[in-house]
Amino acid sequence: MNDRIIFEDVSKFYGEVLGVNRISLSIPSGITTLVGPNGSGKTTIMNLMTGLVQPSSGHISVLGLTPADQLELFSIVGYCTQFDFFPRGLTGWQFVLDGLMLHGMEKAMAVEFAVQAIERVQLGDAAGRKIAGYSKGMRQKIRLAQAIAHRPRVLVLDEPLNGLDPMARAESIALFEELGRQGMHVLISSHILDEVDRISDRVILITGGYLIAEGNIHQVRQEVHEKPMQVLIRCDHPEVLASKMFSINHCVEARLHADGKGVFLRTADIDQFYSMLNTIAAGGLVKIDAVAPADDDANAIYQYLIGTDGSPS
Amino acid sequence: MTQTQLATRAKSFAQQPWGLWWLQAQRLTRIELRRNLFSWKAIWIYCLAFIPTVIISIHMLIDRHPASAMSEDTNILAGIVQLYYIRLGVFFGCLGIFSRLIRGEMIERSLHFYLLSPVRREVLLLAKFAAGSISAVFLFGSAIIADFALMYAGFGAAGRDYIFNGPGVGQLEAYLLIVVLACLGYGAVFLLLSMMFRNPTPAAMLVLGWETINPVLPSLLQKISVASYLRHLMPVTVGADGIFALLTVETEPVSGWAATAGLLVLIAIVLTYSCFRIRTLEIRYSTE
Repeated sequence: MNDRIIFEDVSKFYGEVLGVNRISLSIPSGITTLVGPNGSGKTTIMNLMTGLVQPSSGHISVLGLTPADQLELFSIVGYCTQFDFFPRGLTGWQFVLDGLMLHGMEKAMAVEFAVQAIERVQLGDAAGRKIAGYSKGMRQKIRLAQAIAHRPRVLVLDEPLNGLDPMARAESIALFEELGRQGMHVLISSHILDEVDRISDRVILITGGYLIAEGNIHQVRQEVHEKPMQVLIRCDHPEVLASKMFSINHCVEARLHADGKGVFLRTADIDQFYSMLNTIAAGGLVKIDAVAPADDDANAIYQYLIGTDGSPS
Repeated sequence: MTQTQLATRAKSFAQQPWGLWWLQAQRLTRIELRRNLFSWKAIWIYCLAFIPTVIISIHMLIDRHPASAMSEDTNILAGIVQLYYIRLGVFFGCLGIFSRLIRGEMIERSLHFYLLSPVRREVLLLAKFAAGSISAVFLFGSAIIADFALMYAGFGAAGRDYIFNGPGVGQLEAYLLIVVLACLGYGAVFLLLSMMFRNPTPAAMLVLGWETINPVLPSLLQKISVASYLRHLMPVTVGADGIFALLTVETEPVSGWAATAGLLVLIAIVLTYSCFRIRTLEIRYSTE
């Protein structure tokens, strides 16, 4: 299991305050999103992984290395924290280059890596300026550049989209997607669920320091039995379809789409539902244009499992 | 421990990446030096180091320097080193420099960048200590050299003769050794205090109090003091009256090399404990 990030029964207490409690995870490569309200323990999990805080109990291993293996661990891990502070007086260029020099690289190689990382986050023009004069988005970008500069195998990103404008967000998400495709472990915590949802291979839901759910987004959604799944069906006679579905008792809620050319249907048994839909379509009662799940994204799962007040449902 | 175990340990010790650690330590020291010496925040430490230099310069320019006054000036210089530099200047300068190395970065919330680099925490700590020591020795060493040169410059040929043909150079070497050891000793203590306490200043005041009353403590307790070792290295005995007499109490004589070795052992113990502490240091900026 040396290709996974593993938490075994990990707890962390800050004095008497619970950080996380008995968390067990096994995270494969790809993009994993940590979802939870403020103070739920997302940053604690990331800090535990990187040794910035020590677990009160349990064991952590990152691709077979423990956080105590500082030298080896940080050769393969890049961590873009949410702390918006930098060592005093540095330019963006010095910040990235100093980090690389501590890896023991030759200067020429460190310069090459720094140039590539800074170009990757599109901060080339501002690299020579003092970080103190950067906008919040630029500071976020330079932290990201530093985290990816040494070409890590594990990238930990704590709220990496904060402070970025829509264009920069899109660019960052494209970058994360590319890194995930390359086989890297990318662990993201973010409140901007709509955007990370598109690229996440799996989600980890956490609240109050407890793990609520973990896995592929669609699988997790199907596990939420108390909230029937909602499906949007685009068709020529949505009211007829809704009526038919109710009559065969496979629907608990129906709502017409605002444009009148579709209907949102909720069902407690999604497999049976699709089977019935096929039968109806084959019978020619309605002409179906498109079928798509309407609430199996991270946002919906977050709402259903965690709720807006952060308490478990 | 068996011979095989010893051999295994020795092999494991030799296989450590010493070259990489040395390279990382050099680079960290360079980064830290840039920040320690060329920062507006360091100006008060420059002032602390060079205030006596300014006063001695005024003395050189204004006062007359008959050859008979050389002995008095030699005593004054010894007093400046023992009562100002060791007790105040180097003490507070090192408090400013060394407590900033770890705690200052915690307050500025930038320490995590170092802890997230592939550098052993012990290497990080020792490199920061080296950078702090170089900064402190550079500042206070330059100040002592300047003080010494200016103190005897006013005496003209007699001053030059005292320095190069008399005991001058030896005294300067002793003062420099005292400053180097003071910077290392206080530096190690304040680096440790800054890791143990959110605000190391009250603890530093206790250290100052301890150092002040140390000469009248039993001989065993005197060994847990930076100033007591340095006192034995002074090339010129400072006589003082009143309150200053407490600071210059003569204690049981210790040879120079024993005092130096004793202080180096004390520094090694403090640094070893600091290395142990940094292994378990956590980043919890919200509590700073």
